[in-house]
Parts: sequence; C-alpha cells; structure tokens
Amino acid sequence: MRATRSLEIGTGLFVILGLAALIFLTTQLPSSGLKLSFGKTPGYDVTAEFDNIGDLKVGAPVRMAGVRIGDVTAIGLDSDSFRADVHLHLYPQFNQIPEDSYASIETEGLLGGQYVGISPGGLTTYLKNGSQILQTQSAIVLENLINKFFANFSSGSSSGSSGSSGNGNNGNGNSNGNNGKPQNQGAKSQEPHP
Amino acid sequence: MSTVRHGTLLEGVRKFGVAGIFLGRLLIGCVAALRRPGLIVAQIFNAGGRSLIIIMLSGLFTGMVLGLLGQDVLQRFGAETALGQLAALALLKQLGPVLTALLFAGRAGTALTSEIGLMKATDQLTAMEVMAVDPMSYVAAPRFLGGIIAMPLLAAVFNVIGLFGAQLIGVGLLGIDRGTFWSNTQSAVGLHDVTEGIVKSLVFGAVISLIAVNEGYQCEPTAEGVGLATTRTVVASSVLTLLLDYVLTAAFM
Repeated sequence: MRATRSLEIGTGLFVILGLAALIFLTTQLPSSGLKLSFGKTPGYDVTAEFDNIGDLKVGAPVRMAGVRIGDVTAIGLDSDSFRADVHLHLYPQFNQIPEDSYASIETEGLLGGQYVGISPGGLTTYLKNGSQILQTQSAIVLENLINKFFANFSSGSSSGSSGSSGNGNNGNGNSNGNNGKPQNQGAKSQEPHP
Repeated sequence: MSTVRHGTLLEGVRKFGVAGIFLGRLLIGCVAALRRPGLIVAQIFNAGGRSLIIIMLSGLFTGMVLGLLGQDVLQRFGAETALGQLAALALLKQLGPVLTALLFAGRAGTALTSEIGLMKATDQLTAMEVMAVDPMSYVAAPRFLGGIIAMPLLAAVFNVIGLFGAQLIGVGLLGIDRGTFWSNTQSAVGLHDVTEGIVKSLVFGAVISLIAVNEGYQCEPTAEGVGLATTRTVVASSVLTLLLDYVLTAAFM
C-alpha cells in the first residue's frame, strides 16, 4: 500500500512539473501568449514621448552613462500627437536624476537591441513618479541614414562614379548614376550595340 | 507466426507487417486499458518520472552550451542580444523534442523492452492468457499510453530548464541584459513554434513506445533474445526519431 502511495505521489509530481513547464512555454514565451505580471518592483515611473522609437521593445533597459537604471515597461501611441508614448520604470536608488534630462534611443552594437539612454540635465529638481521627460531624441533608423547619405552623395556633383565601382567601362553613361541598379541595367542594354 | 525464412528482404517486410498488426491489436487494447487508469499512472511514472533527473540535467547543460556557442558566434556580428531567441527556437523546435526522445529511448524504451521480453521469457504473458487476462490490454497498452503521455511533459521540462540554462550563461556569465534577453525571446517565439515542439514530442513518444513494446513482445524468449531486442529498440527508435524529425520539420515549414 505504501509503495503505491509513493508511486502516485511521484507520478503526481512529475505530471505537475511537466504541465507547469508546458504552461510556461505556451503562455509566457510566445509574443501572442498572455503574460502574467510578477508584481511591481520598487522604484518610480516616468514617461517620455518619442517621434520614432525604431525597434525598442518592452523590457529593454534604460541606461545612464552605460549603467542600467531602469527598464521600459510599456509602449503606446499618443492618439493626439501621434508620437510614441514610452513608460520607463526607474530603480529607487537612482532618485536624483535632473528633471531636464534628455532621453534618446540608442543601439547596442551594430545589430543589437535598442535601449533608452538618458543624459543628465542641469536642474536641481529631480524626476519623480509620473513626471515626463520632455527632451527626447528618436531612434536613428539606419536605412534612413543610408538613404540620406546617398541622396547627399548624388546631389553633390557628378562625382558619383566612385560609388559605382565595378563597371567603369561605360564611361559616358553614368553622369547621373546615383546607385548601382539603374546603371547596371543601362550597361546591359548597351552591351549588344557594338 | 511461421518460422519459414525467404531471405532477409522478405524477413524485413514481414517485421513491418508484424509491427503493423501489433499496432492494431495495441490500439484495441488501449480502449480496454483506459478503464484501468491506475496501470497507466504507474507507467507514466516508470517512463516519465524516473527519466526526469537525466532529462533535467541534459536540458540544463544543453542550454548552457547553447549559451556559450551562441555568444561566441553572435558576438562576431555584434548581435549577442539575439542569444535568447537563438536558444529558444533551437530548443523548442529541435533540440528539446529530439534530445528528449533519444534519452527517452535509452532510458525508458530499453526498460520497456527488457521488462516485456523477460515476462515473455518467463512465460508470464502465456500465464495471463491462460487466466483469460489479455496481456495486450494489461501489459502492452498501459506502457504504450504512459510513454505517449510522458514524452511531451519531459520535452517541456527539458525546454524550460534549457532556456534557463541559456539565460544562466547569457545573463550571469556573459552580461547580456536580462530584460533584453527575455523580451527578444518573447518577440521571436510564436505559439506555432511551441506547438511544433509538442506535436513532435507526441509523435516521438508514440513511435518509441510502440517500438519498445513491440520489440519486447516479439523477441525470442531467451536471455540472448531479450538483449538483442533491447539493442534493436535503441537503434530503431533513435534512427526513426531523427528521420521523423526531418519529415516533421519539413511539414511544419
């Protein structure tokens, strides 16, 4: 009798553990699953509005001088200004951050995740629960930057040929060559002529 | 079952036929076995509960290795924050179900085969038939069902422990931010990835249990025969697991 009892307890433990793991996998892990909140950690909440948050995600760190001082708890869209409304949760020991501090969205490494960087201001009044960081800078979207770079590059002068290395044999055809693609097509259509 | 042999090819075909007929009888036995849940519970413990420790240890170290390897490779592209999604997808879709199945075949499959083989060698199965107890529904079916139920649970435990192992290395040792790790993981994993892993582990559990029970049931009732059947169980279920993994991965693409 005692043997069956311990066997049943063992089975019960195994099944409960397995089901708990299944529930964790199906509810906590996928982005579509429902999230259980693990209670609030101490600290205070501030908000900041950005024109463009890029790839910022909930849970991303908030850093000041590279040191983690909090995390992003919610991201929403302000329906009046159409700007991103980012809620930040700052840890209680960092309670002397000047009110006119400056928030920007920065990237860890070249392909890494994005985080909110805070640069200190000069006021002696400090951020507190519910206050808003007014000065913000959007995420730098790499694609936009590249587009801008090429736009400047081509409008500069006809010196754009250095950007189109590799097919320099059609010297007369690239007076307005601003990127590689149309030029390649031009080169192809010219080839059958001679 | 006749002992006439017509070459190895025909013998191989016959084995498939025997396994097919066995599966049919097993499924009929399962209906009867469902009326005795106590037997199934005992087999869930035998197949699952007793494999739990090795599954957890293997999961932990698999996850930790994924953490180290992922860090090494991703650092070259400055993308270490993607470690979480790498570990989670690798574990959920491939490593979790497959490694659990291989361990399960070695730990639980061999035990099933040798147990049933010894029952056969000592004429216990015949004795049951004499007493009008169907060994198919009393011995084989509960073990088969227990394996099917235990496998997905073991794979889920493996996945969760593995994820925490990867987190242990990524966050604890290599200094990736914990919030970034989990938010990247959550945004990369969809529910269909989890479902894929569960379906795979269910299929692997059914296949391994079937092979193990079948080999035990068909083995030659000698000490040597039981040993050979146990070896065949491990070989056949490992190969079939990897083969089916390819098929299922392609099907889920």
